[in-house]
Amino acid sequence: MSRTDQGKLLGVVLVTIASLWLLYPSYQYYTMSPAQQQAMDPAKLGKLRKKAIHLGLDLQGGMQLLLEVDKSRLSPAEAKDAVERAREIINNRIDQFGVAEPLIQIEGQDRIAVQLPGLTDPERAKELIGKTALLEFKLVRSADEQRTLYQRLDSWLAARRIVPSTDSALAKTPLTGLMIDNGFFRREDVPSVQKLLATTGIDSLVPTDTQLLWGGEDEARSGMTGRSLYVLKKDAELTGGSVASAEAAVGLESTNPGAWGVSMKMTPKGRADFARVTGNNVGRQLAIILDGVVQSAPFIRDRIPSGDASITGGSFDVNTAKDLAIVLRAGALPAPVKALAENTVGPSLGSDSIREGLTAGVIGTVMVVAFMAIYYQLSGLVAIAALALNLLYLVAAMAYFGATLTLPGIAGIVLTVGMAVDTNVLIFERIREELRHGRSIHESVRLGYDRAFRTIFDAHSTTLISALFLFQFGTGPIKGFAVTLSIGLLANLFTAVVFTRMIYDYWLGRGKVERLSI
Amino acid sequence: MLQLLIGTDIPFMRYRRFAYVFSSLIVAAALAWFFVKGPRYGVDFTGGTLLQIRTNQVVHADQMRNALEAEGIQAELQQMTGDNPNEYLLRFRTQGDPVRQVQDAISKHLPGVTMELRGNQTVGPKVGSDLRQKAIMAILTSLGAILVYVGIRYEFKFALGGVAALFHDVLVTLGFLMFTGREVSLTVVAALLTIAGYSINDTIVVFDRIRERAKALRKERHSRVMDIAVNETLSRTVITAFTVFLAALALFLWGGDVLRDFSFAMLVGVVFGTYSSVYVASAMALDIWIAIDRRKGVSAE
Repeated sequence: MSRTDQGKLLGVVLVTIASLWLLYPSYQYYTMSPAQQQAMDPAKLGKLRKKAIHLGLDLQGGMQLLLEVDKSRLSPAEAKDAVERAREIINNRIDQFGVAEPLIQIEGQDRIAVQLPGLTDPERAKELIGKTALLEFKLVRSADEQRTLYQRLDSWLAARRIVPSTDSALAKTPLTGLMIDNGFFRREDVPSVQKLLATTGIDSLVPTDTQLLWGGEDEARSGMTGRSLYVLKKDAELTGGSVASAEAAVGLESTNPGAWGVSMKMTPKGRADFARVTGNNVGRQLAIILDGVVQSAPFIRDRIPSGDASITGGSFDVNTAKDLAIVLRAGALPAPVKALAENTVGPSLGSDSIREGLTAGVIGTVMVVAFMAIYYQLSGLVAIAALALNLLYLVAAMAYFGATLTLPGIAGIVLTVGMAVDTNVLIFERIREELRHGRSIHESVRLGYDRAFRTIFDAHSTTLISALFLFQFGTGPIKGFAVTLSIGLLANLFTAVVFTRMIYDYWLGRGKVERLSI
Repeated sequence: MLQLLIGTDIPFMRYRRFAYVFSSLIVAAALAWFFVKGPRYGVDFTGGTLLQIRTNQVVHADQMRNALEAEGIQAELQQMTGDNPNEYLLRFRTQGDPVRQVQDAISKHLPGVTMELRGNQTVGPKVGSDLRQKAIMAILTSLGAILVYVGIRYEFKFALGGVAALFHDVLVTLGFLMFTGREVSLTVVAALLTIAGYSINDTIVVFDRIRERAKALRKERHSRVMDIAVNETLSRTVITAFTVFLAALALFLWGGDVLRDFSFAMLVGVVFGTYSSVYVASAMALDIWIAIDRRKGVSAE
């Protein structure tokens, strides 16, 4: 064996050992039963998971969200790091929600991509992530102030003959005529009232330090269901920034002991502010507002020095209360976010995809392998060995680079199997040709490799170009496909040109070979 | 030695006019369809929602449709066949969050039926148009880059032929996707780009041989040189196409619904990629070669 041959052999052996070593964590991780995973030290398990090949969301199931931070209402100074802050807050929320291995990245100018593998309740997660969670405490205007405002609105609307219906009783009092009491409207009247309030020009009647906001849920009052409209002092007395901790709790209202709600504790400064506000406004209502919707507006009976406050409402269950507590703890988003795209893959679909991908891969490989063995005989076996190494290197490289295996990625691997043999086919056909021209076996093998190489190089380069562009523009799964295709091509170049050549050199170097099995 | 297609001497170039007509017809049909009717784009390009649901029992598509319509849900319904007749694809072109609506409609109108959400792909209009642009950019830039590469490595006549073959293969594959009513999604675009890579790969093998033979057989007519080169590489061309075809076929038959359109595109692309290496790339290179000669005043034909 010559020096260069020894070098090549060493190279192949080293790369193969390295590949096996790189793949060992994946083997360990994916052959573990859930029980074994539970029994393992979480830190160690996490490490192992990091080293194992990552499965894309399309294979392991989970949710992917693309969010856009709406910076339109922020000042330039606020807008500067709004996306980064939003990312941190979303990160905190997800951490507390409890998802293994979330991935939250900023994309472009104002987008945040969120990946939540293994998630089971996408609707709940969306709610949790997308909530701005701007918590405000605002004073409700006094009954006199409210009456004055409503009268002004009524006469303005009546003068313009803007009425909710032809009912003559409403001609003079279009707005208060529908009101049952103290800002409360029947559910069926709410849309008409909203329409009245949306009349252009009506804003000018509301004092600039005053604001009208609706209550969130249908409530029952005087035996009717409906919603309340609140007249509020526009400036918030306190905001969510004053909240130190929030917990889901049951029995916060004495009138409704079984109901869920969220109890909050304030920061020292928040506590002082809260004590001052409550102390100065005994007898008035303090509205608790979340994202522009009034949750409740309890009367202040006394100064509250403890800084304990709570959010209650008819619709809380254990999950919604817990989620609200999470978002209050994690803080409000600096600006509203909107989901631009969502991709949810249920766990059953993911495991089906793995099964189908593997089935197709195995059948495809068996067909190609069988064909090669029949057509090229012993040389076919060399090509198959090269193919096996090729796949080994490909998967090991994916583990090394932390690339994600997706379903299109599996398709890429299967196609690699089909295309990888091409390199060997090119070489074999060339060797056969040289043999037919009457050259010796040694000569034919040498010429076959040399002459085929340039073609192989050109062919690989062009395919690599298209793979690189795929990677460039691809999102998620497509990227996975481009990655497997590119690594597969490089691994293929190595196995076909170095590995198989070495086998032939060894084979032919052992003395006189009468016939080449090709 | 098991040999196929060795020592053939098929006068490929003699029949190239038929191939021109055949290829032109398909490409024209594909272009016409593209501009008149347009492909059926996936939700990733149009925006909208694609829900994949599975029910605990098989419900006839009409019944399912009635249940959805009764609740005013506007969706295109497709029932899966084969192993999974209890699975449905629902396409919504509008924005919104239809999961709960569908759940309600099923529990209200189909007693005893429960559904499992298998997948939900929602794409907003902004992202849809972003992805559309990105896809078009990717296709154009990668074709452009391949053109540059081939232009540097080969003479003009070959480069032109190779790129014509490339466009031919991508268009024909797109055509077959449209003719069979398949959806053009991101994954299918990935297939189209892979086909572009495969097509040029296959063409290059033939071109390399033509270039090699052209030097050795200076006295022969161009068409003869081409025929010799194509015949010499024929076994390789067919064998490679065959193994890629086998791999794509395995994906098509066993790879599941998600990959079906992708592997269909690959199957069509492999077949036409092989054909076009000979009948578009080489044949066009030959005619350009002849035209160049004629301009120079020599005639090798």
